[in-house]
Amino acid sequence: MADRSLTYVRTEMAEALPPPKSTTGISAWMRENLFSSPANSLLTIVGLALIIWLAIPIWNFLVADAVFSDPEGLRGEACRFEGVGACWIFIQARFSFFIYGFYPPEEIWRINLMFLIGVILMIPLLAPRAPFTRTAAVLFFLVFPFVAFFLMAGGILSLESVPTNRWGGLTLTLIISLIGIIVSMPVGILLALGRQSRLPVIKGFCIAFIELWRAVPLITVLFMASVMFPLFTPQGMQPDVLLRAIIGICLFESAYMAEVVRGGLQAIPRGQSEASFALGLSKPKTVALITLPQALKHVIPGIVNTFIALFKDTSLVSIIGIFELLNTVRAASSDIAWQFPTDAVTGYIFAGFVFWLFCFGMSRYSIYMENRLHTGHRR
Amino acid sequence: MMKKHIVMLAAAATLATTASTSMAQTLDAVEENGYIQCGVTEGVPGFSFPDENNNWTGLEVDFCKAMAAAIFDDPEAVRYTPLTSQVRFESLANGNIDVLSRTTTWTMSRDTDLGISFTGTMFYDGQGFMVREDSGVTSALELSGAAVCIESGTTTELNAADYFAANDMDLSNAVVFVNQDEVVQAYLDGRCDVFTTDSSALAAERSTFSDPDAHVILPQIISKEPLGPSVRSDDWQWFDIAKWTLFAMINAEELGVTSENVDEMLESDNPAIRRLLGVEGEFGEPIGLPTDWAYRIIKHVGNYGESYERHVGADTDINIPRGVNQLWTNGGIMYAPPIR
Repeated sequence: MADRSLTYVRTEMAEALPPPKSTTGISAWMRENLFSSPANSLLTIVGLALIIWLAIPIWNFLVADAVFSDPEGLRGEACRFEGVGACWIFIQARFSFFIYGFYPPEEIWRINLMFLIGVILMIPLLAPRAPFTRTAAVLFFLVFPFVAFFLMAGGILSLESVPTNRWGGLTLTLIISLIGIIVSMPVGILLALGRQSRLPVIKGFCIAFIELWRAVPLITVLFMASVMFPLFTPQGMQPDVLLRAIIGICLFESAYMAEVVRGGLQAIPRGQSEASFALGLSKPKTVALITLPQALKHVIPGIVNTFIALFKDTSLVSIIGIFELLNTVRAASSDIAWQFPTDAVTGYIFAGFVFWLFCFGMSRYSIYMENRLHTGHRR
Repeated sequence: MMKKHIVMLAAAATLATTASTSMAQTLDAVEENGYIQCGVTEGVPGFSFPDENNNWTGLEVDFCKAMAAAIFDDPEAVRYTPLTSQVRFESLANGNIDVLSRTTTWTMSRDTDLGISFTGTMFYDGQGFMVREDSGVTSALELSGAAVCIESGTTTELNAADYFAANDMDLSNAVVFVNQDEVVQAYLDGRCDVFTTDSSALAAERSTFSDPDAHVILPQIISKEPLGPSVRSDDWQWFDIAKWTLFAMINAEELGVTSENVDEMLESDNPAIRRLLGVEGEFGEPIGLPTDWAYRIIKHVGNYGESYERHVGADTDINIPRGVNQLWTNGGIMYAPPIR
């Protein structure tokens, strides 16, 4: 008989084995997510091939074949070789032109100062729970526009006068879109409220205004402002072409904004205003305190959508010869010191990136605001 | 900004009745402003573009500078308005600008039908041919049977067909593409021996090539695209100033007066030079300018040849051969009536 003492009985639990190799780690993850069936495998391979097919040329163009430095000061010559990629030294060399346009170089501090003031005033307006919100709002909306205008245009306090045809670049893009945003928002709200008015004159005017401006392409508005309008005024007595374009953009965008806000107003149940009246609030107070805040909160995505569209639409002013960002990029690529095979492409990539940066920023901020205001009915 | 302009607008409305009489006095208005308003392109290499210091420069910009020099003795007294081709004529006609110097082809309908008048030709553009230098071709007449890259459906195609037929040459090997970029790429890839389009565009395309020196533009120009400045038709004095500004630049080149030797030339015995520089005669007076108007142009801007060489000549990347833009004395067609 076998020795009983040899009988083995485990006195402690065996250590748990790791799961089979085939169900963990990167290979398992890949098997499960990328190659779970022949069809998925095929899609994975095709997708991967597509990414590589796209990524390699893009990488080559933006980095591998790109020109990053110009130690010998060759300018365009440095980028003039077979198979050249993006020519970043071109962007670097003309950077101030893209930002400030034709603004006199020795006066550029005025633009920088204007931006600095603007950003400082905007922080309390955009950040939640920041102090001095009310002061900043008054300064930003009532004082800053005048300060900014006199800083840009000069002509007073021994500041050299800079006519608007020397304004340009990203500065001008920001000026146009900021004025457009600041003007179209309140005007749009008024138009939306007016469209719901019971007074036929106000209602009729608002409907006519909105439908007229929404029915016309922005390019037509700009051409009218730049070409047709001067025919109605005597020679030498015309408002500045930039001013005309900005007014055109403001009217155009107000009509769009009005419809966005009206969408929000219609989403508010009638009970809200009825309850407000029952509490004894007047009509204006009901609108200002009850319906409008709720309506605006609902349409934040729509409003930001309009802002982003407006920001991008500013590039259309280039067709009437105003040098916003895109036009400066285009003009710089015609400089004979910077003639190379990819001059236009490099410039467009840069302009596209700058536009994306601002639009993406606006979009992220809008999501943040939505979340912050979504206290009542989070789903 | 708005307030100021609203006030201006109101003022404009009240002055509307009186303004029409002042239409004809461009020179007075310009002198009052202290600058000329000049319409330029949004950027055409060599003709008008913002340089690295953000100053407008180019052959056509020089014309505006010359006018400013003649009037103000200051070539920088110009306010440039970049214009797209869609708005250029309206901008001139409605008074946004005083002179249009923007790669504009002088044609009959534009000259007679738009309320504007062309004052002369600054650059005789026209369709040309580009070949690789190592092909050894030196004249368009040697191109019979060559593979010519052409953009389809354009006057370029028709002009080439006419030229080849008129000179009894064979165009059966032409390679036709739908847009200019494809044409350029095909030429660079060696699919054809010849690339044809307007000569200024040929030069601009060439300057972007990785090796521009390996390509030559042949001297023959086979179509007419005279590019020149224009002004409103309602002010003959201003028209004359613009016209004779260009003539003065061309005459100066013919007489050998340059921006460098113009001061010495004041002592010249040549009566033509003495008249040009205002040493003899009062030629500025009838057009409202001082007697040394042409001296100022040449001193500040230079003669036509200097301007040409500076912006599109052999030493620049653009490098357009003078060709028909040579003076008539050198085999070209640049010709200006005498100042006497």
